[in-house]
Formats: sequence, C-alpha cells, structure tokens
Amino acid sequence: MTLRVLLVGTLALILAGGLPLTKAQAAGEIFIPLLVYRTGPYAPNGIPIANGAADYFTLVNERDGGINGVKITFEECEDQYDTKQGVECYERLKAKSPVLVNPYSTGITYQLIPRAPVDKVVVHSMGYGMTASADGRWFPWVFNFPMTYWSQASAFVKYVALQEGGMDKLKGKKIAHIYHNSPYGKEANPTLEELARRHAFELTLLAVDHPGQEQKATWLQIRRLNPDWIYISGWGVMNQVAVKEAAAIGFKMDRVVGNWWTGTEVDVIPAGDAAKGYKSMNFNAPGAGFKVHQDINKFLYDKGKGAGRRDGIGEVLYNRMVVNAMLNVEAIRTAMTKYGNKPLTGEQVRWGFENLDITEKRLEELGMKGMMRPLRVTCDNHEGNGLAFVQQWDGKKWNIVSDWIEPIRDVVRPKLEAAAVDEAKKLNYTMRDCAKEK
Amino acid sequence: MGRLEVIYREAGQFKATYASDQAIFPIVQDRVVVVAIAVVAFVVPPLVAGEYWLQAILIPFLIYTLAAIGLNLLTGYAGQLSLGTGGFMAVGAYSAFKLTTAFPQLSIVVVFLLSGLVAAVIGLGFGIPSLRIKGFYLAVATLAAQFFLIWLFNKVAWFTNYASSGTITAPHRTLLGVTVTGPNASAAARYVMALAFVAVFALVAKNLVRGRIGRSWMAIRDRDIAAEIIGVRPLRTKLLAFGISSFYCGVAGAELVFLYLGSAETLAFDINQSFLVLFMVIIGGLGSILGSWLGAAFILMLPILLTNLPHAVGLTMSVALQKQIELMVFGGLILFFLIVEPHGLARLWQIGKEKLRLWPFPH
Repeated sequence: MTLRVLLVGTLALILAGGLPLTKAQAAGEIFIPLLVYRTGPYAPNGIPIANGAADYFTLVNERDGGINGVKITFEECEDQYDTKQGVECYERLKAKSPVLVNPYSTGITYQLIPRAPVDKVVVHSMGYGMTASADGRWFPWVFNFPMTYWSQASAFVKYVALQEGGMDKLKGKKIAHIYHNSPYGKEANPTLEELARRHAFELTLLAVDHPGQEQKATWLQIRRLNPDWIYISGWGVMNQVAVKEAAAIGFKMDRVVGNWWTGTEVDVIPAGDAAKGYKSMNFNAPGAGFKVHQDINKFLYDKGKGAGRRDGIGEVLYNRMVVNAMLNVEAIRTAMTKYGNKPLTGEQVRWGFENLDITEKRLEELGMKGMMRPLRVTCDNHEGNGLAFVQQWDGKKWNIVSDWIEPIRDVVRPKLEAAAVDEAKKLNYTMRDCAKEK
Repeated sequence: MGRLEVIYREAGQFKATYASDQAIFPIVQDRVVVVAIAVVAFVVPPLVAGEYWLQAILIPFLIYTLAAIGLNLLTGYAGQLSLGTGGFMAVGAYSAFKLTTAFPQLSIVVVFLLSGLVAAVIGLGFGIPSLRIKGFYLAVATLAAQFFLIWLFNKVAWFTNYASSGTITAPHRTLLGVTVTGPNASAAARYVMALAFVAVFALVAKNLVRGRIGRSWMAIRDRDIAAEIIGVRPLRTKLLAFGISSFYCGVAGAELVFLYLGSAETLAFDINQSFLVLFMVIIGGLGSILGSWLGAAFILMLPILLTNLPHAVGLTMSVALQKQIELMVFGGLILFFLIVEPHGLARLWQIGKEKLRLWPFPH
C-alpha cells in the first residue's frame, strides 16, 4: 500500500513538475549553442571537441572581452551523438536565438540543413556533413570549410601517388576503403570510385556497421585482398578497433591512413606500440605549442576556468575545435565590419561566413600561425580553399609527415556541383546568382 | 471535497440497449473526458505550443504511440513477442519514400497507408515462423527480421534512390493546400497530421481488440491449445496479428521520417528502436491501448524532463553528469514501476478509476 502511495506520488510529482521553459538569452550578447557528446559510445571523441569549444569561446570573453566588445554566451546540450537527441537539443536551444550551430555529427547536420534557411541559423559543419552543401549557390546557409570529404579523399589519393612515385604509378594498385556504414562513412565513396576509374587503381569498399566494435570479417577480407593501401573513415570505438585489427594482422602501419576523424590520440593509444607508424589526414596541426595554447593556459587553466584537464590541450580534436571556434568568431567579426559591433542576427552572421578571409597575418595575430592554412570563403565556394596534410603517430604524439596537399579540385568540384543540384532538388531550392550578392 | 463523488458517479446511467452496453466508454464521464481531450489536443497545441514543444516532444510522442499501439496488438493482445519493430518501421519509411518519389501526385495520406500495407506484407512473411516457435524463441526470430531489413536498406542503394550518403529525405508534399512534409512544413501542420493518424488508428485498434479478432488474439495469447480446440485458427490469427501490427509500425515509421525527422538513415531504425517501443508497451501496460499512450509518454518525455529539471530548479552541473544522473534515475524509475505495478501504467489508471467509483466508501 505504501509503495503504491509512493508510486502515485512520483507520478503526481512528474506531472506537477511539467517542463520548464527555457529562459531567453541576456540582451547584448551573441548566443552559440553547443551540441556535445560527453557521454555515450562516441564520448572519447566528443569530450576534447566540447572542451575545445568551451575553452576558446571563454578565452575570447576573458582575454578580449568578447568579439569587439560583444560577449559570447554559450550553452552545452548533451546529445550522445544521437540524431533524435541532437534535434531535441537544437530545438531547445533555438529559443535563445542562436546565430550559428556546429552539429559535430553528420546525422544531425543532415537534420539541420533544411532548417537553416527557415530558422535563419548558420550551419557550420567543419570538415563533415553533406559534401554537396559546399556549393554556396544552392546552400547559402551551410558552410563546410576548410574542406569536404571529397576533397579529402582526393588528397589521400594524391598522397598515395606521391608515395608511389607519381599519379601514373597508381595503376593496378589495390586500395581498400573501410568505412562506417552511415551517411558519414559513405561520403568518400563516390570520389574514390571516380578516381579509381581515372587512375585505374583497384578500389574495394568495406562497410563496418555501427558502432564498429566487431570488424573481424572486414579484416579477414583485407587479409585475403592484401591491398597496398587502406583508407579508413571511422568514428568513435570503430577507430580503435580498426587500428588494433590492422596491427593484429601485421599490416604495414604506414600504409594505413585514416581520414581526419580517424586519427586522434584515443584512436591509437589503446593499440599501444603496435599503432606506431599509423597515419591520418588532418587540416589542423596537432600539439600544444602554439601561442593560443599559452593564452588558454594563462587566462583559463591557471585561473581554474578551463573546461577540461590541462593535458588534454593540444589533442588533435581539441585543436580542431579550437580552430572551428576561431573560424566562428572570425566570421562574426567579419560580419561586424559591415553591421557594426553589436549582437547580430543569423542573416548578418551568414554574410560574415560568406566573406570570411583568414590571412597568414590574421592567423599570427590570433596565435595560430602554422596551426591551419589561410582560408578564403566565397559565395559559391563554401568549402574554401583548404589543404590537408598527413600526420603520423610515433607512439607518443602525432607528427606532420607531408606537405600541405592540394585536393584534385578539377575532379571534385564538378561532381560536387552535380550533387548539389540533386540535393537541392530534394529540398525544393532554387539557385541564387552569386554575382548579385554583395 | 464532497463534490468529487458527484463528478465520477455512474448511478442513474442505465443501459437500455446492447449497443450502449457495449460502447467503448460505457460511462458518460469517460466519454465526455475523452472527447474533450481529443478536441483540446487538436485545437490547443497548434495554437499555443512553441516549436520546441511540438517538434521535440509532442510529434515524436504521437508517432511512437502509434508504433506502441502496433506492437501492443501483437505482443500485448496476441502474445507474440517481437523485436522486429524497428525493422518494420524502416519498411514503412523506405516504402513511403520510394512511393512518394515515384508517384509525386499521390496524396501523402495514401502514401502512408500504402507503406503501412507494404510493412504488413513483410510482417506477414516474418510472422510465419510464429506458428512453430513461441516466446523467447520467436523474439529471436523477429530479431532476425530487424537485422536483415536494416542490412537490406543499407546495402541496396535502390531504396535510397542511389543517394550517395544513403539518407532518405522527406520531399515537399501538401494536403488540402497545407504543406505537411518537407522542411517548409510548419510544426503545427505536422502535429495535426500525426495526431489525426494516431487518433483514427487508436480508435480502430480499440475496436479491433473488442471484437472477434481481438478476442481470438487474446484466446491464443492465454492458451493457444485451448483456443485451437474452441475453433480459433492459430496460423490465421497469429499472421493477422503480425500483419496488422506491422501495418501500424510501418505507418509510424513513415511518419517518423516524413513528419518528425525530415531525413533519416537506417540508424534511425536500429535495434534500439525495437527495444524502445517494447519498453513503452511493457511500462504502459501489455494488452491496453491506453497503456500504449502512457508508455510512450513515459519513455519519451521523462528523459527530457529529467534533463531539464536540474536547470529549472537552478542547479548548475555539467551536461555529462546531468546525462548520467538522468540515465540512472530513468533506469531506477523503470525498475520501481515494474516492481510496484507489473501490469503497467494503464493498470494504475484502472485502479485509480475503480477507487474513484467507490469513493467515498472503499472496501
């Protein structure tokens, strides 16, 4: 009887509690929602990303007093890398009138792309999301600079060619692509297939199902196939398992190249020494040796305001998010040159994204010289002119082992434009004329 | 306080015809309340609720309720344990996508119904083993359906119209001049559409289970041999349950993509969906249509409430800690409910109702 009373009481409490309404943002500030995953199967990747964002935005507030005097407010929402929870988070934080969002999940990005023009919120999917959205004529609200998956895949093929001694040496080589069986993992396939046709290398596509814990069958096929190169598009636990499996079958580690989401510290450390020599693509330099890191230490961690642990500073994904946050801030700053130093609307910030021009000089001022390449975004090219490099794990840290590689743009761009037409058609979009944009 | 007994008292309500005796809600007050709720549900939220409420809470609630009713018909009424719900929902979603892209002129309502039929046919196919296997073994057999169907949609690019990413996107469709699917559809329009579907199908389900079909399902559930002896044909009855249940799940799956998510990959229909819907049915009450509503509300809304609660009372904590507390409390509450009321929330409601009828003279 008492138990039942307790039960009814609990129910009543739940009903009485109701759902609280989110409070409106403070006036005079710019709000940025952060969709994070600090828990769940993808948490090892999600935590450094979340810390990087929180640290950089706090740094801008603490060191510079905001963007040209306008403070940034941000709020995290935990989505566990789950699309439905991500949508719930986005809808909840939308009440605070955000100007931009970094979904950090291809699944959630696909959800937000159709909403962006309706809600007037810029979607910045940095190096992920829908490749076709790089065509700014069709997707004015979506940005994926500094690079897309397709550009990345072409840069990987170019790297292989460099190692083999020229594009003509690709002929007859066997390349295997092991990918997460999701929209994200599949993104690189069309480009790899196209390049395989052009350069006559043998491409094998091997899918690994979510979450990627089980890959025995895949690596059995690799053993039978004995490819010259392996390219991996993984995420979360799939990466660790792939690196371990590659080591277990005795594959030459310096011929296994992950994409830029398959090459962070947590991916290689579990495999121990066996991971030595493993490579991955990247577009932001790893390590904590940049001036921005000194600032983060000085203004945040020395004062106990850091989001994570001090030794997490400089991890690959931490640096990626710092670069991402910097690009967000600089885009807002660019918008302020036109609209004034005040809290901006999503439409104004969108203009800032589209006219973003990060020069070498600006990078130096920001304390990020060498951490990324200068970048220029235009109305029709939302991918920018980014380059990638290859980094290698030496058992303790990542080292850059290649020059900056230019993607094969004359292959990627026409395919991208064709895909943009297809994707835009699904959404009933019309193409805008970039010559008319100011 | 003395007024309450007057509000819920059925004295004086005489049933003069068989029809009135067999009504869905024989008590006048129940009828009034249900009609009032329906009217309020159709009118109030689209007018007053914000987009967050509609998009993040109410629309998924309605869609999962439909799926839960579907599974409840199969598991709760016919006693056939199924873990294939996610797979059948995927069949509905992908059929709807294929149908509406192939025949853009077709009304979206027809598309939903047809995709439900496709799911029903697939469900019938996977229901055949139920004649020979029972209980947990059947659950494992339906699990095969779940994995096979997801694998199929992931593997065969035809289902996604050869989209390079493998996602399906709900195109722009209108109903009576109002945009109901696609990115430009307002949350209110999608809400009303989802509500209309679930209201009609809940009514259909309620009538199904009260009639001959429902009775034969329950006979099979309670003792299949006895049912066979009194003339219930097991194969036909079980297959019918699989078919109708899959129809419901298929429509729910189509709605999930077209009215809620807008675009989806197969991951949206993975095994977790099957468990989620099964939990809704168990928590809400096996063999109860009302239970499907309550279960869906409990499983979907409680986590959101728990996430918002610390913030609302002014507690600041890291989102990770908040999520972990949410998971623990949620798990604890499920355990608690199952121990205290193994027959689900619907049973709790029923007890409350009986108490009210006797009040103020309980015995």
